[in-house]
Amino acid sequence: MFALGTKAVAVAFSVLVLGIDGPTLAEQRYITLASTTSTENSGLFRQILPVYTAGSGVEVRVVAVGTGQAIRLAANGDADVLLVHHRASEERFVAEGFGVKRQAVMHNDFVLVGPRHDPAGVADSKSAGAALTRIAETRSLFASRGDDSGTHMAELSLWRSIEIHPGEASGTWYQEMGAGMGATLNAAVAMGAYTLVDRATWSSFANKKSLNILVEQDPALNNQYAVILVNPERHPHVKATLGRSFIEWLLSPAGQAAIAAFRIDGEQVFFPNPD
Amino acid sequence: MSDISTAFVLAFQLIATLDGELVDIVGRSLFVSLTAMVAAAAIGLPLGAVIAVYRFPGRRLVIVALNSLMGLPPVFVGLMVYLLLSRAGPLGVLGLLFTPAAMVIAQTVLIMPIIAALSRDAMRDLYEEYREQLCSLGAQPHHAVLTLLWDGRLRLVTVVMAGFGRAIAEVGAVFIVGGNIAYVTRVMTTTIALEASKGNLALALALGLILVLLAVGVNGVAAMFGGVTSYRRA
Repeated sequence: MFALGTKAVAVAFSVLVLGIDGPTLAEQRYITLASTTSTENSGLFRQILPVYTAGSGVEVRVVAVGTGQAIRLAANGDADVLLVHHRASEERFVAEGFGVKRQAVMHNDFVLVGPRHDPAGVADSKSAGAALTRIAETRSLFASRGDDSGTHMAELSLWRSIEIHPGEASGTWYQEMGAGMGATLNAAVAMGAYTLVDRATWSSFANKKSLNILVEQDPALNNQYAVILVNPERHPHVKATLGRSFIEWLLSPAGQAAIAAFRIDGEQVFFPNPD
Repeated sequence: MSDISTAFVLAFQLIATLDGELVDIVGRSLFVSLTAMVAAAAIGLPLGAVIAVYRFPGRRLVIVALNSLMGLPPVFVGLMVYLLLSRAGPLGVLGLLFTPAAMVIAQTVLIMPIIAALSRDAMRDLYEEYREQLCSLGAQPHHAVLTLLWDGRLRLVTVVMAGFGRAIAEVGAVFIVGGNIAYVTRVMTTTIALEASKGNLALALALGLILVLLAVGVNGVAAMFGGVTSYRRA
C-alpha cells in the first residue's frame, strides 16, 4: 500500500513536471550516454553529438562522471550506452554481463604536468615511470584524482609498474583529492603539485597558470576510449536499437571523421581508432 | 583579483545579451527550486503548525528529528533519491532519474524539514499568544492550526524563503539525480561547478553572481507580497 502510494505521488510528479516540459516528452527519441568528464568538458561531445542528432533525429543525453562512477551507473541500468577509458574495468563490465560488447572508439594520451620550476626535476625523464620515481624520491607534491576514475586507475597502474606505493604517503607529498579532473587541476595549480591528466582536458583547461607539460610521448601513457552498449537482456528498458545505431555511427567513417575533426586551439586531441 | 573583476564584467555581459543558454539554465533552476519549494511548503507548513498545536507522545522526538534533519547533507539526499529512482531501485520503472522531476523530488526532501522545523518554531510563539483566546472561543485544535497558518503567514514567508534559498543554492543532490545533462537537467549550481572544473573561474564566478541576483529577485518578490499583506492588516 505504501509502495503504491509513493508510486502514485511519483507518477503525479512526473506528469506535472514533464507535462510542463511538454516538448521533451513528445520527443522520446533520446538515449542516455554515461561517459567521462574528459569527453564532455573538452567540448568533443558538444561538437560531434549534434552531427549525429541531425542525421538520426536521436538526442544523446550525456551524464559526464568519472569512469568508475559511469560504469556503476550503467551497471544499474541508468544509461543506454557507456563510453569510458579503462580497459580492465570495461572488460569486467562485459564479462559480468552488464555490457554487450566492448569496442575501441578513439584514443589520445595522458601527460604529466607540473610546476614550471619543476622541483623534482622530471622534465628530462625518459619515461613516465622514471618521472614518478623522481617525484616519490624527492617527496614533491603530487595531486592524485583519488576518485576511481579512468585517469586515477591509469595513474595507479603507473605507480604499480615502478613498485611504489604512494598510498602509504597519502596526506603528505601524495594528495588524494577525491575530485574530478578539473578540480584536481585547480588544486594542483594552487598547491604547485604534479598531476596526471588526459591531453584533451589539459588542452581545454583554462586555468593552467604555472603548470605545464613535463613528460609526454611514453607508450605507457596511452589512453584508450571504448564504447559499450548496456546489455538489454540485463536491463530490458535499455534503448538497444537506438544505442546500437549510435555506436555504429561512432565507429563508422562519418563518426570517426567527426572525432578526428575536433580541435582545441587548432590541436587534435582525440584520434580515431584505426580498426 | 583579475578573475574577480572579469567575473563582474562577464556577469553583466551575460545578462545584457540575454545569453540563450543562460536563460535556459536560469529558467530550469527557478522551475526546479520553486516547484520543490511549493511541494515542501505544502507538506512542511501544516506539519510545523500541527506539531506546534497538538500534544502527542513522541512529540519532542519528532521536533528533535526535524531540527536535526535541517542539516541533511545534499549529497546524502541525492544518493538516497538516486538509489530509489535508479533502474535498479524500487522506483526505477518510473524512469525519473536524470529528469527535472528527480531534481524536484531531491530538493523537496532536502528542504521540507527546514520548512517544517522553522514553521513549528514560528507557530509555537504565535500559539502562546493566541492560546487563551482560542480556548475561550472554544476552537478545536484543527481550527487553531488554520488560524496560526493564516495569521502567521508573514513569518512563514521568511520560513519558505529559507527553504528556497537552500534549494536553489545546493549542488550535491541535483548533480547526482539530474546528471547535469545540457539542456535537460543543467541548473545554475551544476553549471558553476562545471565551469570551475573547466578552469573557467571567472565565468563560474559570474554565474555565481547571477545566482545571487536571482535569489535577491525571488526574495524581493516575496517581500513585496509580504509588504502588501502587512499594509492591508494595518
